[in-house]
Amino acid sequence: MQDFAEAFRLAFSLVLSGDADLFEIIWLSLQVSLTALLISCVIGFGLGTVVALSRFPGRGGVIVLFNTLMGLPPVVVGLLVYLALSRAGPLGVLGLLYTPAAMIIAQSILITPIIAALSRQIVEDLFCEYDELFRSLTVPLHTAMAAVLWDARYSLITVALAGFGRAIAEVGAVMIVGGNIDHLTRVMTTAIALETSKGDLSLALALGIVLLAISMTVNALGLSLRSTAGRQAYA
Amino acid sequence: MMRMVVVAAVAAVVAGLSAAPASASDKSIIVQSTTSTANSGLYDYILPIFKKKTGVNVNVVAVGTGQAIKNAQNCDGDVLLVHAKSSEEKFVGEGYGVERFDLMYNDFVFVGPPSDPAGIAGTNDAEAAMKAIADKRALFASRGDDSGTHKKERKLWEAAGVDPSRGSGKWYRETGSGMGATLNVGVGMGAYVMTDRATWISFKNRGDFKIVVEGDKNLFNQYGVILVNQAKCPHVKSRLGQQFVNWLLSAEGQQAIGSYRRSGQQLFFPNAVQQAMEKSG
Repeated sequence: MQDFAEAFRLAFSLVLSGDADLFEIIWLSLQVSLTALLISCVIGFGLGTVVALSRFPGRGGVIVLFNTLMGLPPVVVGLLVYLALSRAGPLGVLGLLYTPAAMIIAQSILITPIIAALSRQIVEDLFCEYDELFRSLTVPLHTAMAAVLWDARYSLITVALAGFGRAIAEVGAVMIVGGNIDHLTRVMTTAIALETSKGDLSLALALGIVLLAISMTVNALGLSLRSTAGRQAYA
Repeated sequence: MMRMVVVAAVAAVVAGLSAAPASASDKSIIVQSTTSTANSGLYDYILPIFKKKTGVNVNVVAVGTGQAIKNAQNCDGDVLLVHAKSSEEKFVGEGYGVERFDLMYNDFVFVGPPSDPAGIAGTNDAEAAMKAIADKRALFASRGDDSGTHKKERKLWEAAGVDPSRGSGKWYRETGSGMGATLNVGVGMGAYVMTDRATWISFKNRGDFKIVVEGDKNLFNQYGVILVNQAKCPHVKSRLGQQFVNWLLSAEGQQAIGSYRRSGQQLFFPNAVQQAMEKSG
């Protein structure tokens, strides 16, 4: 019990004291996960919408694949990206291993399926409602896509937040491809793992509390984005 | 408000994208390292000294010795700093490393619960202690991860004439993880653990555990440093890597290692051979 009280006390004092190392780590965590989120949204919304609105042989298989990949183990993604980016691997010449770029790549691979799978479902459900309307007006596919994506925007914000949550919370992939290098690739989750392995459980827990607070802030901003956009739409 | 949020998010993303290429910067090297040297805070102490002198950033990837060697074989590091002499010599022998140098040493200890179920507290004979643990089927938490400590532990079991794998999952618990994680497990389940002294001294979640076996000469723990060979790995930053190795082996580097204290105790004892230093310039 003492650990919990100590952890909360530490978490507050770390944040309030403006610990430079801590803010560097928080900033990098946000940079990596938000960039991965942006990349994943561009790819995932696109893939999800295309699959939702088109009919082709093997479509069921693609949907099952998307849904399965939502459960990709981070450590496996880390391993695959490591093998690709290692100097001995096919993309080794890029020299990206142990850089934030490698971490962004790994997290993008991890969360793109989540965003594609969830947005596919949302867009498809919405499209069912609009289908007859589109057909009666003979709307071209790309216009239909844009219209459905726009109308689904509130739900898609939630999808993006789900992707962000997965990215900011994972440790397995960034540990392997980033290497948890101090002042270079150390993010919140790898810092927590490090402090746990040093047996400094209070500090590890304190960092966990800070991480949750960051996630909460991002989610609150996402929600307010939703409601602000909603108000404007009905004004 | 919304605009600010969007601007902040975009700033983070742009910074994320642009940070990527810049971070693989010129005056930096990657050291593939064992965990004990990182977790004990040694690097935090000596690297700023080296940086101040040379301007070279040393980026440490701290993993188990087995994985560090594997990563270096994939050319994903410039310098290797680990503690498993035979594996290090094999690494050099196969052409991955230029030359291996003794750098520093400390020792391994056995830690255990105050109840001391194997009755080994206060002894200094590792083999006898291990036999007693196996006989009493007292819980023992092993790294099980092919790290330097794990290799050493397996050698000691062999010397003691015990095959612990027969007790695997029963009294012999292989965690398959790092030293700190294994200590957390050991303390949690009341199991004996073999650990390097540096990690133990700097470890904070000790519970009521104490050192039970120490002082056996077989528990000697030698660390070595190796520059990765450019002949095998063309991308290796040989000049900067050599500069770091030379500094570690120099009187100044050795003095820095020897002066690092934790809770008033010296964690690493420098023992580079001066001859080797002169040879490498």
